[in-house]
Amino acid sequence: MTTDISPAAPSPAPPPTAEAEPGKEQNLLQEILSGSWLVSVLAIIVALLLGGILIAVSNAEVVEAAKNLFAAPGSFFSTLFTTIGEAYSALFRGAVFDWDARTAERSIRPLTESMVNGTPLILAGLGIALAFRSGLFNIGGQGQVILGATIAGFLGYALPLPPVVHMLVAALGGIIGGAVWAGIAGVLKARTGANEVIVTIMLNSIAGYLLGYLLKQSWFTHTASANPQSRTVDDSAQMFLLLPAPFRLHFGFIIAILATIFVWWLLERSTVGFEFKAVGANPHAARTAGISVSKVTILVMVVAGALAGLGGAAQVLGTEYKLTGGISGSIGFDAITVALLGRSKPLGTFLAGLLFGAFKAGGYLMQSQTGTPIDIVLVVQSVIVLLIAAPPLVRSIFRLPTPVLKRKEA
Amino acid sequence: MTAQTVEATPAAQSKSLTPIAWKFPIVYTILGLVSLIFFGIIGREGETTFRIATSGDFFAIPEIVVPAQAAGLVLSIILVAMAAVSIYLAVNRRSIGSWFPMLFGIVFVVSFLAWAGGGSGGVIPLTTLLAGALALSVPLIFGAMCGLVGERSGIINIAIEGQLLAGAFLAAVVASVVKNPYAGLLAAPIAGALVAVVLTFFAVKYWVNQIIIGVVLNVLVVGLTSFLYSTVLTENPELWNARQKLPNLPIPLLSDIPILGRVLFDQNILVYIMYVVVIALQIFVFRSKWGLRMRAVGEHPKAADTVGIKVNFTRVRNTLMAGAIAGLGGAFFTVGSGLAFGKEMSAGQGYIALAAMILGKWNPKGALLAALLFGFSKSLGNTLQSIGTPVANELLLMLPYIVTVFAVAGFVGRVRPPAAEGVPYVK
Amino acid sequence: MTKVFGSFVANDHIDLTVEPGEIHALLGENGAGKSTMMNVLYGLYDADGGEILIDDEPVKFSGPGDAVAAGIGMVHQHFMLVPVFTVAESVALGYEPTKNLGLIDLAEARKKVTEISSRFNFNIDPDALIEDLPVGAQQRVEIIKALSRDAKILILDEPTAVLTPQETDELISIMRQLKEQGTSIVFITHKLREVRAIADSITVIRRGRIVGEASPDSTEAELASQMVGRAVSLTTEKDDADPGDATFQVRNLTVVDKAENIVVDDVSFDVRRGEILAIAGVQGNGQTELAETIIGLTEPRLGTISLDGKNLVGESVKDRLGAGIGFVPEDRSTDGIIAEFAIRENMILDVYDRAPYAKGLNLKSSVITEEAKKKVEEFDIRLGSVVDPIATLSGGNQQKVVLSRELGRQLRLFIASQPTRGLDVGSIEFVHKRVIAERDSGTPCIIVSTELDEVYGLADRIAVMYSGRIVGIVGADTSREALGLMMAGVPAEEALAATASEAPAAATDAAEPTTTSANHAAGANENSATTSAEETK
Repeated sequence: MTTDISPAAPSPAPPPTAEAEPGKEQNLLQEILSGSWLVSVLAIIVALLLGGILIAVSNAEVVEAAKNLFAAPGSFFSTLFTTIGEAYSALFRGAVFDWDARTAERSIRPLTESMVNGTPLILAGLGIALAFRSGLFNIGGQGQVILGATIAGFLGYALPLPPVVHMLVAALGGIIGGAVWAGIAGVLKARTGANEVIVTIMLNSIAGYLLGYLLKQSWFTHTASANPQSRTVDDSAQMFLLLPAPFRLHFGFIIAILATIFVWWLLERSTVGFEFKAVGANPHAARTAGISVSKVTILVMVVAGALAGLGGAAQVLGTEYKLTGGISGSIGFDAITVALLGRSKPLGTFLAGLLFGAFKAGGYLMQSQTGTPIDIVLVVQSVIVLLIAAPPLVRSIFRLPTPVLKRKEA
Repeated sequence: MTAQTVEATPAAQSKSLTPIAWKFPIVYTILGLVSLIFFGIIGREGETTFRIATSGDFFAIPEIVVPAQAAGLVLSIILVAMAAVSIYLAVNRRSIGSWFPMLFGIVFVVSFLAWAGGGSGGVIPLTTLLAGALALSVPLIFGAMCGLVGERSGIINIAIEGQLLAGAFLAAVVASVVKNPYAGLLAAPIAGALVAVVLTFFAVKYWVNQIIIGVVLNVLVVGLTSFLYSTVLTENPELWNARQKLPNLPIPLLSDIPILGRVLFDQNILVYIMYVVVIALQIFVFRSKWGLRMRAVGEHPKAADTVGIKVNFTRVRNTLMAGAIAGLGGAFFTVGSGLAFGKEMSAGQGYIALAAMILGKWNPKGALLAALLFGFSKSLGNTLQSIGTPVANELLLMLPYIVTVFAVAGFVGRVRPPAAEGVPYVK
Repeated sequence: MTKVFGSFVANDHIDLTVEPGEIHALLGENGAGKSTMMNVLYGLYDADGGEILIDDEPVKFSGPGDAVAAGIGMVHQHFMLVPVFTVAESVALGYEPTKNLGLIDLAEARKKVTEISSRFNFNIDPDALIEDLPVGAQQRVEIIKALSRDAKILILDEPTAVLTPQETDELISIMRQLKEQGTSIVFITHKLREVRAIADSITVIRRGRIVGEASPDSTEAELASQMVGRAVSLTTEKDDADPGDATFQVRNLTVVDKAENIVVDDVSFDVRRGEILAIAGVQGNGQTELAETIIGLTEPRLGTISLDGKNLVGESVKDRLGAGIGFVPEDRSTDGIIAEFAIRENMILDVYDRAPYAKGLNLKSSVITEEAKKKVEEFDIRLGSVVDPIATLSGGNQQKVVLSRELGRQLRLFIASQPTRGLDVGSIEFVHKRVIAERDSGTPCIIVSTELDEVYGLADRIAVMYSGRIVGIVGADTSREALGLMMAGVPAEEALAATASEAPAAATDAAEPTTTSANHAAGANENSATTSAEETK
């Protein structure tokens, strides 16, 4: 497996070359224009535009108006813009601030909903990002989230423990669940060279069936219900709310912030992170320098899985409160796009997780108010990531200057 | 030549240093003992019926009824004996042909079936079981062939899942609008190839990591098809998403063969196309000019370039072709099975196809067998669930995935992917 | 027949003319632009100006296919063979004889291989897998490939880099045979000896420009100074060694590769404090594996490695580094540096978790930067900033970073594999000086090198490896011929005896290769006598 993880592999802000020294201002402008953050913003814009087109062509009214395009172009365009505008304004109202809401509380609630939806994405995304930086393709976020949720949820209703302690124990269980699940892939990769992409994909499916099996066992679900779902987790194990109802923002968001700081420290300021990155960038050189590649591989997967497992725990202890077959939703897969959008950097992943959480929160409102299916969010998200992975494409769309790369000496 | 005389000596010396390969004998022994203890000694009362014939067969073959425990015992003893043989051969550092694990597997499965069918007086419908296995394998086989052609050319294709789904979608829509299932069959490859266009555009032109594009493309296709399904298709399902089924075209004589004839040769055209694709690939990948060039591009693109082969063109063309194959596989979900399109109906089959390709060591024949194995275990899960056995359905469904994990962990010997796969070719 | 070139990034207005049936040597240092030029000629790169004429006809190549059609064949420095293909498939690739449906006519492909192979006595089995062939045979497959397409002009890019002296002699006789049959050969090399042995005419190229024509009668020193642009000292000044105790000992070391082939075979030797032991040999005879086993990247099947009385076998790489081993790997870009990492990070690659760079799990960023700046000063590394990625440095400066890291701490043993591969002359001198300084400080040093010049320049004693075994350990005053024979597997005593008698024909064990070397034996002997002392103005 190749180790070139950064999807775009752009060199960071290019240092000004000697000959370009005089035109400093121009250089600065060039740097801004060719900077990676601008590409991200433009990618989001392009993706939203494409999404808008898709919304338009699938809308019966717009199609109807298009038939009379030449007879009444005005009405076509007004229908077009109304349709797209309504969808996106609903998306925004559902994700950030709802000016149509009846109460002040209700109008700021969407922002906290975005945070709620973003929490598991951030945690799992950090796990994926950490693995990416260490040269491992952890496609197994899904399985790790499921295992984390499964164990955290089970401990959440099966153990009689005092508040807070119970929550911490359950969350720890989630961490261990995710860590073990990813650790399997890590150990197999380190010991036998088994490709982690395939193994983690397989482990995703296995985790899904495992949860499906457990939810049919009454010793596990603690209910007599015939439905494949578990008992509700005890109050003592629930992640407490940070704001009073109707807000759902819970302690998990604080955990997500702490985890982001932890991953930043790990990657940028610790010897362990130095090893991780060295193995990711060049395993041969790392090995020659005395770094045990197999140990690092296992450790990276364990930490990555722990983060994803924590994401699953946050989902079950903070939002869902009970285990169902669909507990993980598509968190594990969305986390991959989150990590990619965040360029595998801790802060970037945090922001990307918030953005995708916002899309999700807004998507629900958009679906219920305008009838635009939430699936459009998947399209927008994937287009964003595709574009971000190919900065030259975005630059050529907007005719931006290419960054001045320092020429390598032969 | 001095170098050649030197070659020979180290090999001869190191022979005795070669460790004994214990892996397989251990697996055989464990499985043999499991069978002996659970299916034989503990066993289950009653009889198990293997139903072979289906109504309307040309030959009427009677059902085979065996006492569950006795059958389990006999078969288990065979298994244990086979395990002993494998230990003997391993100690003498002799290898066994690939027929051995296959035979072992078959005996083990029959032993398991005899046990599973017992007690409840269950009837094991063999023909249904096998037919189900084939049906569940068809998209896997198409998908695995797609992955194989792509990776042999040097492009890793994780987007098989998306290609299957896109194929299923377009096949359903076109067949429904034209009101002809064959029209869907023509449209499906186009959908698969379109996904491949995006894949190669980013992989070849912008050198984006191919695993990333694959994963993202899968999300994109799920999003697109689900969105269109929820808006357009559900608005007017009679027009856009009416069921169309490719008719079965029994092949005379061949389809009259008991059991297998029924399973293999009373199928729709898509299944026959699948046979042709697999056989053609098996021949052309290894023996044709096209295959030689494809493998060169996937193994050592620079070498291919120096003999005037256009590396990126070859890669793009082959990947598009592969995408078309996967699209056909997707058609099996809709027009091939007579179903309307449903959200995310490929349900991860593309990933299993990928696993089948790896398990089959990037060979059409191997991938075919692996895909059949996956299809069979799924069919087995379905069958056992319907007759009610003590084994949980989920655990059986997990089996192919676990087998794949073991396989990539090196249990099936050294698996060597094409050397240059996933590496963009830059002059 | 004329080929003209102009203005190319790595080739600045180069004019080159090759006559039919001549062997034309293109001589230049590593990185002088030889290979680039030939790749343009072969259609792999586009020229940015100039033209190519064949028989006075201008030709335009849009790809290698056109070049082949025009009768140009090329044997690349790194073989362009697919390891999992058979010889017949490799030769057929791109020009496949086909039957119906595009199926390959394998019989035809085999016939072609056998035909050419027997014409030149190549002894190649068309059904052998490329990966199973020794490098010499792979090279012959490359030549068959070119000839099967009726090449009139054959470009050989550094063809002897991977060959033993005897295989080189065989190649030279093959080249003569080809020349007799009217094939023109462009022979790219930086090895002076070979140029003088075979070339009809010589073009010397430096920094992308032609700096002159030379005749095969020029002395090595003349060619060398033309090649590098100034008079060079072919040796590095050093005092005689003052060896102390043998603190590093290897006993009966046997290493087996993944395919269970023995790659290091029952090797034993000592290195004393304050001496340099050079391990000479043709690439691929176990030197790489030996060095990697000492540092712990590979575990031996048998034998012991002891440093300061402690057996290192079974210890991790980290522990061995901790025991005071400094290691400069053979392949710098793969094993020595991490291209994306900053220069300062590359300087702590194997000491990142030790004081003063780290405290507990925390890295001390400011200390790392300070120390890096000191090393930049000490090792004269030319760079912009220590936080730039190391990929922005030239090869020579990258190697200095590696050396600054490995020599920047107290060592008990120093091992360097091919420490100057791919470096310019200035950097080579610098590296050699630092290695000698390390020796003089009392560290036992092991230098693995395939370049005899480097071996002679550094060694106090020379161990020659062949096929995994040490054929003998000899003094630094051993003649090139004796080393050459040893590099082909002749035991030390026989090699010394054979060359001492000054009658090459008497070396019966060495068999046929010596006959060709006899042709230039006189000249070569004279060289070996002078190289150690020669200094040209």
